[in-house]
Amino acid sequence: MTDRISRRVFLRRAAASGSILTVPGLLAACGGGGSSPAGTSSTEAHKLAKVLHFSNWTLYIDVKKGGHPSLEQFQKQYGVHVDYREDINDNASFFSKIEPDLSRGQSTGRDIIVMTDNSRYPALLVQKGWVEKLDKSAIPNIKNLVPQQRNPSWDPNREHSLPWQSGFTGIGWNEKLTEPVTSMGDLLGNKKLKGKVGLLTEFSDTLALVMAYNGDDPSHITDKTFNKAIDTIQKAVHAGQIRQFYGNDYASALSSGDLIATMAWSGDIVQLQADNSHLKWQLPVDGGDIWTDNMLIPKGGNVYTASVYMNFVYEPKIAAEIEDYVNYVCPVLGAKEALIKKDPAIAKNPLIFPTKQMLDNAHTIDPAALNNEKYQTAWQNLISA
Amino acid sequence: MGLSFLHRRQGATPYLLLAPGMLFLGLFFLVPLGFLAYQSLESGSIDFGYAFTWAWHNYSGAITGYGTQFKRSFAYAGIATVLALVVSYPVAYWIAFRGGRWKNLLLLCIVAPFFVTYLIRTLAWQTILADNGLVVRTLTDIHILSPGDRLLATGTAVVAGITYNFLPFMALPLYVSLEQIDQTLIEAAEDLYASKWRAFIRVTFPLSLPGVVAGTLLTFIPAAGDFINAQLLGSTTNHMIGNVINSKYNELIDYPAAAAMSFILMAIILALVLIYARAVGSEKLTG
Repeated sequence: MTDRISRRVFLRRAAASGSILTVPGLLAACGGGGSSPAGTSSTEAHKLAKVLHFSNWTLYIDVKKGGHPSLEQFQKQYGVHVDYREDINDNASFFSKIEPDLSRGQSTGRDIIVMTDNSRYPALLVQKGWVEKLDKSAIPNIKNLVPQQRNPSWDPNREHSLPWQSGFTGIGWNEKLTEPVTSMGDLLGNKKLKGKVGLLTEFSDTLALVMAYNGDDPSHITDKTFNKAIDTIQKAVHAGQIRQFYGNDYASALSSGDLIATMAWSGDIVQLQADNSHLKWQLPVDGGDIWTDNMLIPKGGNVYTASVYMNFVYEPKIAAEIEDYVNYVCPVLGAKEALIKKDPAIAKNPLIFPTKQMLDNAHTIDPAALNNEKYQTAWQNLISA
Repeated sequence: MGLSFLHRRQGATPYLLLAPGMLFLGLFFLVPLGFLAYQSLESGSIDFGYAFTWAWHNYSGAITGYGTQFKRSFAYAGIATVLALVVSYPVAYWIAFRGGRWKNLLLLCIVAPFFVTYLIRTLAWQTILADNGLVVRTLTDIHILSPGDRLLATGTAVVAGITYNFLPFMALPLYVSLEQIDQTLIEAAEDLYASKWRAFIRVTFPLSLPGVVAGTLLTFIPAAGDFINAQLLGSTTNHMIGNVINSKYNELIDYPAAAAMSFILMAIILALVLIYARAVGSEKLTG
């Protein structure tokens, strides 16, 4: 196929990047964005695109010999090449990357993106009308969605989203360099870890764990408990305990030894163990948090092709294949059985099949706090100043 | 006919020639600047939209809330500028006066690393300065750093990163102004019994001042607004005003606050440049 960018596309991109360079969002603020997104017309609606543009987080799909078997299988089956990009480092910065296009009614050049329900952004995308409705006629496998994930408050009928994976936020550490770090108190206060500790830029993850440590309830946040949590973190920052606030990039810092212990997402550590067998992960004794990442189709994305792909990954066999590698909690019914058949030992892996004790010890964040501008500003001031 | 038209309207020619540049500046500098000013006086939020309300509190809030980051930015940029000057002056001097036929090659050597993109160059420093990297280990072995000390994620790393990243902006103007010096003037100074050092202080250095002024401005101004170095090489306590503006603009989508901070940053830089120009003499800017 022709890989050369056509002149028209080039000019359009040049124009888009030009306006980004000067004044992002300004046109939107001035009421621009009248042009309609490059939506699919009805005749094209059920034709597969040649390429599916999929933006995801790092360490979040099966890898073999530098390729992704599940994506190659999809290509074989449907003839659609998946342009898989690991360009999401944290929810806020990814949202800011696509916001200028979306607010102007332009396509982001992506067909599927993945955002976490413990951030404000999935709800905001739905509310602003910046995501397409799924083509459910192309997703019969939606019946395989686990019941507890079927009606989230921000997308009650799963009109716009399907879970990719769920996971836990806990603490990862390098056992060669430290005793086990199993509580946030240890992470924030152990002098031996000074300057070698990472926290996450994600508002919900960090606050939930710190609040649980403070003995407060993260699913019901008040000004008092919020300020107490900010104070706790601020103290650790001032003491030089915290090296940096990280997105998914904590992974490389932990592997290289720049970090000894850090807040970390459950499945990541298992994948990092391939390179560094000394890495360990655990939910903090005082409690961690649980969240779900959701696939969404940003406006202008190819709805049919994206929906066909979602249907594909909701095939229990495919879901099991991805799960076997990523070690997160799978939202697909039947994947568990498929996985155990393939590898019986894996049923004991609590990262894929969490124990009741883990689920009891994992909090969800108060959704009201996500849209509280005061909290969000205080948080950004803490991590960026 | 066309020529006679130009002859008659000679007064218009300079303006015609200036038009493309002026148009460019107007469209891509003044208009966005106007938008930015307008935006800096809005209030609201991403959820409910922004409205123009003469919100001067964006400015007062920026100064009271982020004074530390403003001060830190100018301190880091200032130190980096001085370091860049100290490092590049001898290099530029040597190339200009002793480079001979290797001049172009040597200049290329200064510029060559900058064919690699800014971000990658800065990321490379993460590896160079890593806690288990060669630099930290060597410095620890020779007791310059005590065990457990680090370079990455410190203010030192940020200043070093800025110095490195803006070095050519200092070195090249210095080279140009040194290269233009009429060497017979230095010989004349020596004929008049000036020592080498005295000839340098009284003749060479003053003649190179236009390069010094241009280099320091080209380094200091972008360095003060930089955020990449602080983000990649610094810790949470080393963030500069650029990081705050980036977070306001990109993470919080708080455009008014970000716009107000950008204006304050511009105003302070402009004030500092004016003071500087007055101190060294504004004619040095143009040579």
